[in-house]
Amino acid sequence: MTKQQANWSPYDNNGGSCVAIAGADYCVIAADTRMSSGYNILTREYSKICKLADKAVMASSGFQADVNALQKQLAAKHLTYQHQHNKQMSCPAMAQLLSNTLYYKRFFPYYAFNVLGGLDSEGKGCVFTYDAVGSYERVGYSSQGSGSTLIMPFLDNQLKSPSPLLLPAQDAVTPLSESEAVDLVKTVFASATERDIYTGDKLEIVVLNAGGIHREYMELRKD
Amino acid sequence: MERKLRFKLVTGRWNPYVTGTSVVAIKYKDGILMAADMGGSYGYTLGYKSVERLKPVGKHSLLGASGEISDFQEILLYLDELILYDNVWDDLNSLGPKEVHSYLTRVMYNRRNKFNPLWNSLILGGVKIGQKYLGMVSMIGVNFEDNHVATGFGNHLARPILRDEWHDNLSFEDGVKLLEKCMRVLLYRDTTAVNKLQIAKITEESVTISQPYSLKTFWGYSAFQNLTVGDEGSWLDMVTGWAVTTME
Repeated sequence: MTKQQANWSPYDNNGGSCVAIAGADYCVIAADTRMSSGYNILTREYSKICKLADKAVMASSGFQADVNALQKQLAAKHLTYQHQHNKQMSCPAMAQLLSNTLYYKRFFPYYAFNVLGGLDSEGKGCVFTYDAVGSYERVGYSSQGSGSTLIMPFLDNQLKSPSPLLLPAQDAVTPLSESEAVDLVKTVFASATERDIYTGDKLEIVVLNAGGIHREYMELRKD
Repeated sequence: MERKLRFKLVTGRWNPYVTGTSVVAIKYKDGILMAADMGGSYGYTLGYKSVERLKPVGKHSLLGASGEISDFQEILLYLDELILYDNVWDDLNSLGPKEVHSYLTRVMYNRRNKFNPLWNSLILGGVKIGQKYLGMVSMIGVNFEDNHVATGFGNHLARPILRDEWHDNLSFEDGVKLLEKCMRVLLYRDTTAVNKLQIAKITEESVTISQPYSLKTFWGYSAFQNLTVGDEGSWLDMVTGWAVTTME
């Protein structure tokens, strides 16, 4: 008597890659716009980037239905926060909230791989990187999603941060200018698109700085 | 409190009984065009031949479903209730296709959270105040909107055709031709498809679901005549010698 197997899974991987890079006074958050399921492309124009607060923008890849539910949860909690504190949540506060929200479903996780980018209370760029159950750390740059194995080593090579163990603590944010960082992101996605089948179609780049929020797009290979 | 029957108990097996195959839909100049055949498969056999898989929802939307037909019928009941409670406000406002799609997404996702999914892939299309909307929801809550969508085999066979030939502002005639092209390919290559289909149109003014009709097919290719085992185009299987024919 063979063991019964499940014939459906509550999870799916809808693919895609996300990147965030923190600068001295800006933060770049980027993700491709392809949504896949198995070997199918469901749509070429799906945004994985969500503005959670004025200074906190999240990019998430993984199981799209869970990502949506997660974004809704965070948006609702942020609204409550605004009612109670009469101000927007800061990026580090949102980072903690995201971690707690993910861990809340530790035993039926949100299959979402997130990078949170924004500006801290000093106006410096900050990036937080997460796993599916909420463990997180503040870093100078990060990538998540199906192309992260291709992207992360390249970012390490170009942006290598000083060790967080150094004393005195050294800044993790990159000394690159905003336009250099955006160019790096474009290069990195063009490369990931070549080899990762789930990454491609279009790249959406969001830049947060003192002047506000700015969005641009770049075409990627559609194959 | 009524306890919902769980068809999947401990181990995760859930078996659909009567299922519908692909639905294909596109945006066109005046609204949305959607097509689906009328077959209800019962496992490997054809159980029902007049299943309507396209239904209007409220004033502004059209729902097409593939997958378990009984679950589709239950979804229609949920939507009846949704539209009713919207109507009794009597406030000159009505749920548009975006709202209905959002509702369906939440229903499907919440059922998957309880490990008791509605075994359907749904396509929701409509027009409200000039804005065309076309979206899809899967049985685990994955959803998106696009200019053309399909379920099941339609994703493999129809979407590539649509990616090539769809363009903005299709006329009604061109839209129908494009959909029929997709449905014909599905008829030839999807073994669970039947040659009896409906095409539905939704515009700002109204919803129309056509009478059932059949597509013309052609089987007179020379490669299909005078077959020998293993011939190019032959459906005589080389290994077993069994002839595997498709139903016309």
